[in-house]
Amino acid sequence: MSGAFVPVERLRDTIADSRLQSAIYTATGRLIEKRASAVSPEVLPDYQDLREQAHRVKRHTLENLDYYLEQLEANATAHGGHVVWCNNGEEVADFILGLAKQRGASLIVKSKSMTTEEIDLNERLEHHHLDAIETDLGEYILQLAHERPYHIVAPALHKTRHEVADLFADRLGVQHDVVIENQTLTARRVLREKFLAAGIGITGANFLVADSGAVVIVENEGNARLTSSAPPIHIAIAGIEKLIPRAQDLAVFLKLLGRSATGQPLTVYTSFLSGPRRPGEVDGPGEFHLVLLDNGRTKLLADAAKRESLFCIRCGACLNHCPVYRKIGGHNYPGTYSGPIGAIITPQYRGVMAHPWLPFASTLCGACAEVCPVKIDIPRLLLDLRSEVVRERSGVERVAFRAFAWLATHPRAYTLVTAMAARLAPRGENGWLRRLPFFARFGALEKWLSQRDIPLPARRSFRKYWRARAKGGPAA
Amino acid sequence: MSREAILERVRTALGRKPGDVPTGPPPVYLSQTGRTTEQRIAAFTVALESLAGRAVRCSSPAVARATVNAMIAGKHAIASLSSYLHELQIAAEVPDAAVYREACAAADVGITSADYALADTGTLVLFSDAEESRLVSLLPPRHIAVVPVSRLIDSLDDLLGRVPLPADATSSMVFITGPSRTADIEQILVRGVHGPGDVTVVLVDD
Repeated sequence: MSGAFVPVERLRDTIADSRLQSAIYTATGRLIEKRASAVSPEVLPDYQDLREQAHRVKRHTLENLDYYLEQLEANATAHGGHVVWCNNGEEVADFILGLAKQRGASLIVKSKSMTTEEIDLNERLEHHHLDAIETDLGEYILQLAHERPYHIVAPALHKTRHEVADLFADRLGVQHDVVIENQTLTARRVLREKFLAAGIGITGANFLVADSGAVVIVENEGNARLTSSAPPIHIAIAGIEKLIPRAQDLAVFLKLLGRSATGQPLTVYTSFLSGPRRPGEVDGPGEFHLVLLDNGRTKLLADAAKRESLFCIRCGACLNHCPVYRKIGGHNYPGTYSGPIGAIITPQYRGVMAHPWLPFASTLCGACAEVCPVKIDIPRLLLDLRSEVVRERSGVERVAFRAFAWLATHPRAYTLVTAMAARLAPRGENGWLRRLPFFARFGALEKWLSQRDIPLPARRSFRKYWRARAKGGPAA
Repeated sequence: MSREAILERVRTALGRKPGDVPTGPPPVYLSQTGRTTEQRIAAFTVALESLAGRAVRCSSPAVARATVNAMIAGKHAIASLSSYLHELQIAAEVPDAAVYREACAAADVGITSADYALADTGTLVLFSDAEESRLVSLLPPRHIAVVPVSRLIDSLDDLLGRVPLPADATSSMVFITGPSRTADIEQILVRGVHGPGDVTVVLVDD
């Protein structure tokens, strides 16, 4: 995991790996195209109204979060569910370990959940000899390879069929096979046994619905349906920000989520689950536990200006459209969430100085904000975080900007210094300064300028020109 | 206790007190399309077939019975407890409750009805209850749903307008939009990864 400094070596490796570059570029490119045709005015004329509505609903919910959490809890309990509140990952693991022990469950199946990635749930359970098996095809591959997701929606985007063939042969003892259809069937066969044998199924949740006490899970494979309906116990783990007030709000959110993520008007499966099976129902889990996780979310909630970071519905569109993500991929970002959304939430969870470079890893082109289905103003939040980093720093940059601020507010000094700079400036090439004079070649300044050319200062300043013109002197 | 600690932090962050009630949320946003039955059938068929699912229209329950029976001939087919299927007299076994899971896992074809179908997206809406189960439409590699045309409505918006609180009716409402699929390896589309790779909807004129 990356720390306080830009992971230069790994970035170089990523950029030099042409196979990986093409995998990232092709995958995100496809998702960009699919999204674009799914939200075009011909097929979704009210797309912008839907985004606006989604933003308003999320803002309203988060501004009244305690009310809706209590409503959710009351309704879930009324339907026979059990609500568990957890401050952090440790409490989640303790709860699951306790329950598994009580019920004598040793095998757990899991469907894709970024929230459980965030709290390293699998490692925590493994540590106590509980097998938790990922069942989403991409996540299963990553679990066998001991890697973390590369992308919110396409977790194994960076893996080739050849790597999967090696992995399956090595870890599952099956024949080496590079045909993707066969690899998929192998996973189906191996995991089907697990679904039917598991004592507990753990899912995430895309939405929590307050007026229904329900969780909503969207997926394409069917593994989340299996996880939530085959084992006798279903545990859903969700961040407290996943709430929406009403089931009817799903008309807005489901439309936006599928289209923004993969260009699907609706994903193959959407499960709306409120509690365990009821008397008379043919099948389904006998127990339903809903884990509500904070893990730093209340910290983000407190900052009214940055609160909208919590609106995110994890569609991944900002990753696909980000020129930085498309170059450096998902594993060079610190934390669970990569791309633009990761660059705004990771610093808020961990403190800006944990990775002070992260908010700067953006061109501020604004593509992320343009495609965000809930209209999170990511570039503005990045700028806010950059200011925080600068305020925390006591280094060169801060002194330099202070000096500049002083200079810019003192006209006489400004005139003097700029006149001096113009005179001292070395000869450039074709009007550009490409190399610094020797006395300025040091430290951060040299590094900063090594990537930038500066236009040569004009021989005559605008102020001089203006004074001369006012006196009726030559205009040229 | 964590519950109080979390709620306390939420309230402090928002400057709220216990028991504070929000001023109403933004009004519900539901669109209406208002199609005719024929338009709905056409839209449903296009949407489902674009996902490699299949839609078949039958002019009467008798035709539907013959159509489904031909589809499952020679295969191990099981049916849900749906009273509609029962009336149709489909030639499929209804598994015994005691071995329900095992029966679903062993079958080639699972047959259900649906509470609604959504024309816009080619979606089946299944409520889990005494008639429909969760596993019949999930475990077998092939799913056939027999749905009277009167249950075909416009869209998700239409559904949530009619059923504002699905949790009052069932613990599990599932939308099924085409066959199970994945593109997790090299973005290559493969159908039938965990759920049925083959979905056929038989629409029956009532």
